[in-house]
Amino acid sequence: MTYFPAVLLFALFASTVFGITQRETPRAMIRYGIYCFVLFVGSAIALSWVMFLIAR
Amino acid sequence: MRYSQKRMATEENKNGTAGSGTQSGAKAASQPAAQQGFVYLPLIAGWLVPGAGHFLLGKWVRGSLLAASVLGMFVSGLAMQGKLYTSVHDILDILCLAGDLGNGLLYLIGRVAGWGAEFVQTTVGDWGARFIVVAGLLNVITAVDAHNLRTGRKS
Repeated sequence: MTYFPAVLLFALFASTVFGITQRETPRAMIRYGIYCFVLFVGSAIALSWVMFLIAR
Repeated sequence: MRYSQKRMATEENKNGTAGSGTQSGAKAASQPAAQQGFVYLPLIAGWLVPGAGHFLLGKWVRGSLLAASVLGMFVSGLAMQGKLYTSVHDILDILCLAGDLGNGLLYLIGRVAGWGAEFVQTTVGDWGARFIVVAGLLNVITAVDAHNLRTGRKS
């Protein structure tokens, strides 16, 4: 397994739990779950670029 | 956190003095048997078996999704040759062991059955060990959520 599929798996499972446990209505759960997923994956991509630029 | 104040387990709500007393009494009488017993049962059951706390409260869809997430994270960690922490050598190992213990029976069964790698030798194995730790931490969050549902802090 490479790094990106591991990030996607981690983000999927963690955001599912966060969405269900941190909100009350199903609609809010889905929205918050998607928000967490995007933040997880987006921050991983952004930090990867930062580390790439630092290493150059 | 967005918790509703209406259903919080305050003395006022317990006694049914917030609204009409007869309505609250009728509502309490119609609650399922699982919600009238030991108040910490969903918390303990949710810790031991992922999703069990929600199943006890009749939240089948939420419980299934939470169980699938925690189990998926745990199994992914094992598939990546992650290790289950069995002994501690420094402060970070203590934290990882505490996270692993959050998996409840999964951790105990894994210890008995000898699941996971003995030593982390690859980068993927290191990720796997983190997946297992995070699965335990997520399981604790789901167990606390079941407890909040049981006490009425969350609907």
